[in-house]
Amino acid sequence: MAEFFAMGGYAFHVWTCWGASTVLLGGLAIARHRRLRRMAELAGKLDGQGSTRNSVP
Amino acid sequence: MLSYFSNPARFEAFARWASPVALIVLVGSLLVAVPMGLYFSPEDYQQGHTVRIMYVHVPAAIMAELAFGFMALMSLTAFVWRHSLADACARAAAGPGAIFAALTLLTGSIWGRPTWGTWWVWDARLTSMLILFLTYIGYIAVWQMGTDETKSARLARIVGLVGFINVPIVKFSVDWWNTLHQPASILRADGPTIHSSMLWPLGLMALAYVALFAWFVLTDVRASISEKQIARRSQRTASRPVASGQMATGEQNG
Repeated sequence: MAEFFAMGGYAFHVWTCWGASTVLLGGLAIARHRRLRRMAELAGKLDGQGSTRNSVP
Repeated sequence: MLSYFSNPARFEAFARWASPVALIVLVGSLLVAVPMGLYFSPEDYQQGHTVRIMYVHVPAAIMAELAFGFMALMSLTAFVWRHSLADACARAAAGPGAIFAALTLLTGSIWGRPTWGTWWVWDARLTSMLILFLTYIGYIAVWQMGTDETKSARLARIVGLVGFINVPIVKFSVDWWNTLHQPASILRADGPTIHSSMLWPLGLMALAYVALFAWFVLTDVRASISEKQIARRSQRTASRPVASGQMATGEQNG
């Protein structure tokens, strides 16, 4: 196992590249998902407001 | 086909099933490609284990170019046919494209240190990729800084179209100039020159990156559609009491 993580003496190079890719792309994925969820929540709130307004005689 | 997706409702319906499909392709290809790339694929006879950087570097480079191509196509669509969603698609591709270009530069630099003995050289491939990254940043800045959305959109389309000139330069720079960067070994007229034991994980990682890019674009365009609908509805909601107030005043006056 230690041999696998050592990457033949190039652990810094290999793991930094894979780590940076994971962090940057994963970070963008989280940011995009959060934005979509926020928009859905806002739309839901507006729907709620609309229905309250409509229910007033 | 482009005009079919210019309708936000149709795009939303398409994105609702296409997003999970993209995620399934992403997870499925990563489940195979990551163990293959990090463990099962052989080390290179010259470069040793540093060759494993290739599995994140090459797909990022391919995607940086493809994303700009997509952005340019959407910019052209917005210019010629004025499709409402084309600008949103181009804008959604810019962020991932910039990250792919940044990753290409970063991982290439880290790979270059043990392979070439230097972090950076001003050769044609590296310089043209840096210009591509800066063009992405410029494109994003145009959208962020402008106050008038119509003007920003027009300027962004121009940056998207003019910037595309650099994409074939990035691709063919290793053929046109004498560079420290190696010539193309995958996308060649006579086929790939690397062994299938390395080509498979590389291909699967590229597929994962394509699926991730598709998911990024679909998610962001969906959010943009929702954002516009929310803005329109909140405007309508804000104007409603005023309108009813005016009507009440009118009735009283009448």
